[in-house]
This record gives sequence, structure tokens and C-alpha cells, in this order.
Amino acid sequence: MDEIDKTIINELQNGFPVCESPYQSAAEQLGISENELIDRLQKLLDDGILSRFGPMYHAEVMGGALTLAAIKVPEKKFDEIADIVNSFPEVAHNYQRTHDLNMWFVIATDTPIAIQNVIQSIEKQTGLHVYNMPKNKEYFVQLKLEA
Amino acid sequence: MIDSKDLQLIKIIQHGLPITSRPFNEIGNQIGMNESEVIERLTCLKNTGLIKRFGVIVRHQRLGYTANAMVVFNIPDQSVVKVGEMISQAKYVNLCYQRPRQGTNWPYNLYCMIHGKNRSKVLQQLDQLIDTCKLSQFEREILFSRHCFKQRGAFYCTPTASSDLAFSVAHG
Repeated sequence: MDEIDKTIINELQNGFPVCESPYQSAAEQLGISENELIDRLQKLLDDGILSRFGPMYHAEVMGGALTLAAIKVPEKKFDEIADIVNSFPEVAHNYQRTHDLNMWFVIATDTPIAIQNVIQSIEKQTGLHVYNMPKNKEYFVQLKLEA
Repeated sequence: MIDSKDLQLIKIIQHGLPITSRPFNEIGNQIGMNESEVIERLTCLKNTGLIKRFGVIVRHQRLGYTANAMVVFNIPDQSVVKVGEMISQAKYVNLCYQRPRQGTNWPYNLYCMIHGKNRSKVLQQLDQLIDTCKLSQFEREILFSRHCFKQRGAFYCTPTASSDLAFSVAHG
């Protein structure tokens, strides 16, 4: 990854035009050719530095629901419980964190009621309480990581 | 209100835009829609907020952001919005949410994520945040991530759902 790649990553986290030749317009802003932008983006995707190039949808506007959930898992049982939780297709991210409340995951479903069903099933299969922490309010941040 | 043609578009681009000179033309060809209609509909979906944004979605670990802290605060209800708005101004805060408290064991109601290249840098930024936003009197905890067990990227797709869609579920 060189300076041009970094500039591409930094600039295209801010947005991408929706027009006939969007790579051409974005490339002009970046001071490179359309072909170079296309080649570099493809390589960043192939190398796994970018997970995706495309849209980010708003789950709630789509009618879906998201929540952040957590479980206090005994250390010895961590892998076993992680396997159960991760087997749910609605579980998007799952992180082990430095706390008694040590397993944190996001549940994404197509309807708000489905969140409750997933939580109940996880509680039943793990025998552990699931803390459910849906967002009450989201504060706007510039979601951008400098390359 | 979105119609079935919008849904078709939403589904077809959920895993990414074609990386070719005329991506919207290519998408249109796949679903029998002309390029200008694709552009018009996507512009509209963007304006309504259903598409938050187009662009690159990075794997933060691959960029060297391996220290990922979730910082939680217990802020009195009457000032939480003001504090949330202040915290979210800091450029190193990547996400900021208000969430319900979970009884006395977990009294926290304001969450923010700080992604950094190492823990000491993140702790330094947190100190700065506490100082700038005058947060030292509030109860707080820092939870660093130790291991990522599952990262499905930003996809949402249940096998039973009528339409499989990609949502932004960035809370790593």
C-alpha cells in the first residue's frame, strides 16, 4: 500500500458519486486516471484491505433491527459459548472484550420482533443471560479511519 | 416509499458495486433497467437516508487499527444528549451511541468506540476526551477487544428473510 492507495482509502470513505462515470469523476478529484483508480480499488479488495466497495444501508429505514448484546461467559466455557452464539446467522460481529461482561455481539434481523426471538434462543441454548442494549440514540460521527 | 424495483437494486448492489467504467449501466443490464433509471433511483435512496453512503468499507485491522476500545460512561439522563454530542465531535471517536442501562451492575448509558493503532495511543486519546468534555466525574469503563470471533462484514442476511440485504452493523 503506497501513498496513492492511502489517499484513495481516505477520500473514498467520505463518499462516491452516483453518475454515469463515477470512477472517472472520483479519479479526477484524486488526480489519477480512471484506469488507475479501478486497478487499485480491485487490488485493495483482492488483498482484503477493503471488505467492500459499495453502499452502506440504514437498517432501521429498511424496516430491520439491530442490537448490541453481551454475555458474561465463564472463561473456561468461552469457546463453547462462542460457537453457539456464532452459529446464529443473525449474529454479525462477535468480540471478546476485557471485562466480566466479556462477549459482545451485534444481532441484525429483518424485523424488530425477531431480535427477541434470537435472544431467547441464545439464552436457551447457552443457559446464560443475554444483556440487550439496543441504541436509544445515535450521535453522528465521521466514520473514517485514516490509512 | 420504496417499490419492488428499488428492492431489486438494493439486493443486487449489497455486496458491492461493479468496478468498471460504467457500473450503473452494468447493474441495469443485469436487471433490465436503463442506466439513467438506476442512477435516479439510487440518488433517491441516498436522499431518503436508506443508503447511508457509498464508498470504501475498510477492514480496520488490515490498516493497523488493532487496538479497539469500547468506552462506556454513566451520564445523568438530563445531560446525556449534550455530552453525547460533545463526544462525537472528537475525530478519533468512531461511533457514539446512547443505550439503556442494565441495572446496578451495568449502569452505563453512553457508548463510544475508539479505534487506534495501539493501546497507549487509545488511552491517550481517551484522556484527552475526558479532559476536553469534562468527563472525569462520571463513572466509566474501558473494554478493549481481545479477539474477534466473527466479523461478517457489514452484511445482514437471514436465510428465511424475504429479501437478503446488507446493513451497516459497524460495531467492531
